[in-house]
Amino acid sequence: MPATSGTAVLTLPSDTEILMVREFDAPRHLVYHAYTTPELIKRWWGGKRGNVHTAEIDLRVGGTWRYVMTAEGGFEVAFHGEFKEIVPNEKLVNTEVYEGAPPEAGEALVTCTFEDLVGGRTRLSMLTQVDSKEVRDAIIDSGMEGGAQEGLDILETIAIELQAV
Amino acid sequence: MARAATTTDAFNAVAEPRRRQILDLLAGGERPVNELVQQLGIPQPQVSKHLRVLREVGVVEVRDSGRQRLYRLNGRALKPIHDWVKTYERTWTERFDALDDVLDELKKEQPDARD
Repeated sequence: MPATSGTAVLTLPSDTEILMVREFDAPRHLVYHAYTTPELIKRWWGGKRGNVHTAEIDLRVGGTWRYVMTAEGGFEVAFHGEFKEIVPNEKLVNTEVYEGAPPEAGEALVTCTFEDLVGGRTRLSMLTQVDSKEVRDAIIDSGMEGGAQEGLDILETIAIELQAV
Repeated sequence: MARAATTTDAFNAVAEPRRRQILDLLAGGERPVNELVQQLGIPQPQVSKHLRVLREVGVVEVRDSGRQRLYRLNGRALKPIHDWVKTYERTWTERFDALDDVLDELKKEQPDARD
């Protein structure tokens, strides 16, 4: 465990946007490198949820990407999209489609910004925009997995999250 | 339809910064409207308007107590947001933690490398 990690801060700038901000104890070019290099993506994109066996990236505007993971239950989870804007080491804008969603769910637009901080650290801001409330609701429906969380004091948690906005 | 959108669900209700402020205040306990007006520093009609939106989606509840109307937060109505946020947050927190490990290795391998 690196002693570095910041805690990701998640906010909801609007009803169709999610903003995730996280600091990393590494210089910007390395964060960007890890973010865009297939062999490295395979190592982090799955988190603890499964094994990423496919990570394809054609890193140019109009180029596509596709990541596929075998999740713990044995099923495949695949996402793909297209790059819309690329500023090396600074900014990536790409579409994102969850292949398990119905076609009408459409695609999300993800904007990643990499910023230098003092001490060789980097701030990554990731803004996900979906085009409609329907898409957002689909994400909610697909995410109803954590029944164990029921006992949480929802009030308090939400209040803290909203405070960060 | 578009006109009604601001009041149809919890997500729309909390998309407005002032309404989030109201929720934050109510998270501290039940309050009458004049106290909210005081704390927010905006005119009462505006506060009342926001409270109405919050009430329509069930995020805020009201009861009469003598001459006052007391408003309180109803966390249950925020659960869809909570679920959505939590799932997303958990996934990305795990990914970013894994990314930390990858970055640590990269730093050791190529301390000065530039792409």
